[in-house]
Amino acid sequence: MYNQTVARLTYKALLGRRRALILFALPLLLLIVAGTVRATTGMDDEVTRELLGGFAMATMVPLIGVVAGTGAIGPEIDDGSVVYLLAKPLRRSSIIFTKLLVAIAVTVVFSAVPTLLAGYLLNGNSQQIAVAYAVAAAVASVAYSALFLLLGTVSRHAVVIGLVYALIWEALFGSMVSGARELSVQQWALSLAQKVAGSGAGITSDVGLTTGLTLLLVATVGGTWYASRRLRTLTLAGEE
Amino acid sequence: MSTLHIDRTSRWFGNVVAVNDITMDITPGVTGLLGPNGAGKSTLINMLGGFLPPSTGSVTLDSTPIWRNQEAYKEIGLVPEREGMYDFLTGWDFVLANAELHRLPDPAAAARKALATVEMEQAQDRKIATYSKGMRQRVKMASALVHDPSVLLLDEPFNGMDPRQRMQLMELLRRMGDEGRTVLFSSHILEEVEQLASHIEVVVAGRHAASGDFRKIRRLMTDRPHRYLVRSSDDRLLASALIADASTAGIELDYSEKALRIQAVDFGRFTEVLPRLAREHGIRLYTVSPSDESLESVFSYLVAA
Repeated sequence: MYNQTVARLTYKALLGRRRALILFALPLLLLIVAGTVRATTGMDDEVTRELLGGFAMATMVPLIGVVAGTGAIGPEIDDGSVVYLLAKPLRRSSIIFTKLLVAIAVTVVFSAVPTLLAGYLLNGNSQQIAVAYAVAAAVASVAYSALFLLLGTVSRHAVVIGLVYALIWEALFGSMVSGARELSVQQWALSLAQKVAGSGAGITSDVGLTTGLTLLLVATVGGTWYASRRLRTLTLAGEE
Repeated sequence: MSTLHIDRTSRWFGNVVAVNDITMDITPGVTGLLGPNGAGKSTLINMLGGFLPPSTGSVTLDSTPIWRNQEAYKEIGLVPEREGMYDFLTGWDFVLANAELHRLPDPAAAARKALATVEMEQAQDRKIATYSKGMRQRVKMASALVHDPSVLLLDEPFNGMDPRQRMQLMELLRRMGDEGRTVLFSSHILEEVEQLASHIEVVVAGRHAASGDFRKIRRLMTDRPHRYLVRSSDDRLLASALIADASTAGIELDYSEKALRIQAVDFGRFTEVLPRLAREHGIRLYTVSPSDESLESVFSYLVAA
């Protein structure tokens, strides 16, 4: 299922373009803020939770997910270069599967890893808060990658729709409107963080662990399946 | 040796019929798909390339359907019209990636051979973003040839090329045809098709308008009735003199334009008769201009032919 050439092309496309700047800038910002907070206020679990929950999980992870997920296929469909992948004796599902793995790898490296580092920097992983948020960021990376990859196959405006979802739904409604929280990848992933950190750490989620993990699985598998389907019937005509 | 069959095929997008009940076979050698812009050429090429299902009818390669059949790409090399082609790669990386995607036993050797065929070895280590239009086209060709396909499909391959690049590509395609490959390219320029293709298929407004060698198509185009707009010192007298001659099928006095609209059926004779009759009757000719020389109007005669 995994195709090394498709993976190589996708990595180069993701890390070689201007959009790669966002991939580097956001984690860097998190680490700088974490370092500054640690230097000025010292170790503080409350501040750690606020920074990792409020910025890393609510903003950085979905944004990196949008960049990696849509960027793994959207630009190729937009400029027509995807034809060089499609006009090959290669299963469309293996193209999607490979691109999904690349998007997940990039999202994990640029969001879960910096989250872990920032957590250690902020409070030395006291109460497992750093590990808990990093695990949540990693599982959220998987679901975001699948959903935004799908978005890249269905819309030419994938980045805009993705940003609206990430910034308005996840970051804004996700923290204000209770109903929206239950349909939020962030909350599903936090159910796992809550479990990892234990009750004293103060990490909470609006959904239970089983529900959260089930919904993450459904979103990931469903998104990937539908993206493969879209690619199988992708038509490149209509330019006349 | 492979043959592409298009059998009673139509394709529509919503209410727009792009391809209307076309039947044709594309056999080994070079075939030119000729038609004005918007005639349905790209839709046909997209169906032949497996990127679009026919709404009705069938499109097959040696009797195997092409739509949703990835195995067909072992035999098909595709040169799309669109420019997108991984600009951040070098020419070498791009062609090599195409060879790998075909799962060739020795992708590097295949890439080397394909780049040599299009004479791009010198520039193969430069990024595609730095290539000229002609170089991009040649690298696209190399990527289409890398797996030694028996069918080559090219959508408007000469667009934007300078005359030298055009000649090089024509030479290459001619060679591919001579080797027994089935080469189909689309174009809206008759001269382009005439220079290269041994066989021409003409498509106008989604319909299959004509088929044959270029001499037959040329004759159809020049034998059609020609329309002229003529202004003279005595339009009525000129009209009466012209209508008596067999080269003219109809004349209209256009009051608003203050001119004659003439339909000539024998183009060669008409051009000789008009000045002679004017001289004999002492009429001065002010304007003689063909009024329907646009490509679309030329093609529209073929639909009726």
